[in-house]
Amino acid sequence: MTTLVYLIPSALFLGALGLSGFLWALRSGQYEDIHGAAERILIDWDDKPER
Amino acid sequence: MSCCAPGAEMALDLETSVLPSSQEIRLASRSLGDDLHQTDLSVPTVHCAACIQAIEKALGRLDHVEGVRVNLSTKRVSIQWRGNDIPPVVAALGRLGYEAHLFDPEVGEKDKTLSELIRAVAVAGFAAGNIMLLSVSVWSGAEGATRDLFHWVSALIAIPALAFAGGIYFRSAWNALRHGRMNMDVPIAVGVSLAYAMSLNETINHGEHAYFDASVSLLFFLLIGRTLDHVMRERARTAVNGLARLAARGAMVQRDDGTRDYLPVGEIEPGMQLLVAAGERIPVDGRIIRGASDLDCSLVSGESTPKTVASGERVQAGTLNLTGPLTVEATAAAKDSFLAEMVRLMEAAEGGRAHYRRIADRVSALYAPVVHLTAFVTFLGWVAATGDWHRAVTIAIAVLIITCPCALGLAVPIVQVVAARRLFENGIMVKDGSAMERLATIDTAVFDKTGTLTLGKPRLVNRSSIDPAMLALAAAMGAHSRHPLSQAIAGLASPAGQPTFNEVTERPGFGIEATAAGNTWRLGRRGWAGGKGRTGAEGKTGGTVLTRNGTIVASFEFEDALRADADTAIARLKNAGLTVEMLSGDTVVACAEVAEALPVDHFTPTLLPSGKVERIRQLSNDGHRVMMVGDGLNDTPALGAAHVSIAPATAADIGRNAADFVFLRESLLAVPLALDVSRKAGRLIRQNIAIAIVYNTIAVPIAILGHVTPLIAAVAMSASSLLVIGNALRLQRFATTEVTRAPLATRSGIHESMQS
Repeated sequence: MTTLVYLIPSALFLGALGLSGFLWALRSGQYEDIHGAAERILIDWDDKPER
Repeated sequence: MSCCAPGAEMALDLETSVLPSSQEIRLASRSLGDDLHQTDLSVPTVHCAACIQAIEKALGRLDHVEGVRVNLSTKRVSIQWRGNDIPPVVAALGRLGYEAHLFDPEVGEKDKTLSELIRAVAVAGFAAGNIMLLSVSVWSGAEGATRDLFHWVSALIAIPALAFAGGIYFRSAWNALRHGRMNMDVPIAVGVSLAYAMSLNETINHGEHAYFDASVSLLFFLLIGRTLDHVMRERARTAVNGLARLAARGAMVQRDDGTRDYLPVGEIEPGMQLLVAAGERIPVDGRIIRGASDLDCSLVSGESTPKTVASGERVQAGTLNLTGPLTVEATAAAKDSFLAEMVRLMEAAEGGRAHYRRIADRVSALYAPVVHLTAFVTFLGWVAATGDWHRAVTIAIAVLIITCPCALGLAVPIVQVVAARRLFENGIMVKDGSAMERLATIDTAVFDKTGTLTLGKPRLVNRSSIDPAMLALAAAMGAHSRHPLSQAIAGLASPAGQPTFNEVTERPGFGIEATAAGNTWRLGRRGWAGGKGRTGAEGKTGGTVLTRNGTIVASFEFEDALRADADTAIARLKNAGLTVEMLSGDTVVACAEVAEALPVDHFTPTLLPSGKVERIRQLSNDGHRVMMVGDGLNDTPALGAAHVSIAPATAADIGRNAADFVFLRESLLAVPLALDVSRKAGRLIRQNIAIAIVYNTIAVPIAILGHVTPLIAAVAMSASSLLVIGNALRLQRFATTEVTRAPLATRSGIHESMQS
């Protein structure tokens, strides 16, 4: 029983961390161009990082 | 097409497609404040990483451009720029070989529904996962205080999930109830909230059975179905939006004092003088003051032959000015123009679809009362039998949970998502699920002629009787004009040995004149180019001829080219048991020719837009379910009146928006394919509903007898959901005939790569 006192909160905390990470990624527009993001990794920007 | 070398098609398309002018782009851009503007363009041919790189680099190098970002999923590029004049982005894209279109911007809309749905799925998924973990512990034997603790934690986790994810269902259910209707969301909302309330009560009283896991995972599964459905429709909508706009967004107005202004269409008033260059569409109804030209009316009236116009004549909004610049005096504002009239006619014609109720809604209208009644009777029965109120409530709610239409809620959307995906792969966009349900029920197909059964593009038919040398000469001359007949001849040019001319001039409404080696060549209408023929055809007045110094050396005969696979498509529709009709605004002769080539059952020529609506009404009143396939402005009211409607990608903007399906490829086989997939989807939906009913007839008696525990409920619900999903996925394996990968329609420059 005592183990549950810290195991359950920590399990929930980790889950909530993942959830908030996902929501953050969603809000910052990382899912707006999934197809493009997959292709962009192939681009070799030779001069400078893109703006 | 090979991905990054669209140059070849570009060269072919260049003459036929009209690139948006910089004033038009400026009108469509929005200000971000601080002198910064953003313009979004649809670039259907972006395809891969190299395309992204090429575009972002080239546009980024232009002056005043602040930032460029390509979105590959939506095939759009957004450009941020400073200053008063928009940088020449369209020209820069053109040089790279990409064709850019403007689209109707949805200002700041950015699809809120989708992000709300995804957030809801995330929250419900998190809650369902955690509660399920705790539930498994309870099922495997947690007891006493531990079980109560787990129940309490589950109750807490379920609150945000119900509030946030469940909110979507509660709102929808409330909306339906308020309007006295019933939809699938009502039993879901009732089941979920009652299950939660009962479980909370159970938890407070240290009970054994709590259904937190059932209520939350139910929401999770249903939300997945709903989100997929939304994504599918959104994708179709974006693809349709990305097509070229065919209506003019603005026009160059010449003021009395000689100054010129580019005004949006909405601000043009009667009496203003408009300058319409060759290649532009007439923005509002008007009268020609100066200039002569040929007008392409195919989108407006359905006539396939271009009309020659001169000063003093009236022109309709939406017609395309082909050959010469015109000065037009506006006689009506945009809101009173032909186009607006079509929109009004269409709204007035709203046919059966407004009253159509989706299968899921019809089923739930029967299903929900039966389920709720069963639960209530169970409750009364247990009270009467045992007098144990608590037990009776628990069992009644278990009945509600086990019958909660998880399978039903998934059964319909999943099938439609799979079907829409199949169609999408074949270049057919579906606006919504109900369109497929409606398409499956039709028994009559009505086609427009020009632009639908035919391409609206002429084709030379007597090529074999023309001297190849003369044909080469004519082709070289034809390349100088936008006139469709010239374009058709120019398309036959032999790659070797292009003849050269000293001077080429186009005489709008007549033809092309060229001089070479002391001879004057004319390509154009017979009366103008020269009457003396050596073939003895002086009697004819029409027709297109090539003359040398006034003597006819070749005459050309054209017919409107049929759309690829038109005959096969019609034959297939007939095999599927449909009656096929053709309605056209074109002449009797032109219609008869097409009707002869295609096995249509019946055709009516020279119809006005209202005539088409009338014919469809008449068919519907006779008890037929009518599908309308059409592309022109004049078809738009008919598209609205029909039970279900299909438009090619080359259709007028409002027609495309009115249609339930839009097909991007040239082949007309898209129509029987859409019908076939819709009918199969309809069959699968009925099967799925049957599966759900069978499941209920087994599970409900068990629940009524009080044998259902949360564990059994969880297993039963998941099993039935998996079963309907598995059944829906069978649609993907049905062998259907693929639409031949015919070249895509070029009037608006849509390419193969629209399919991602």
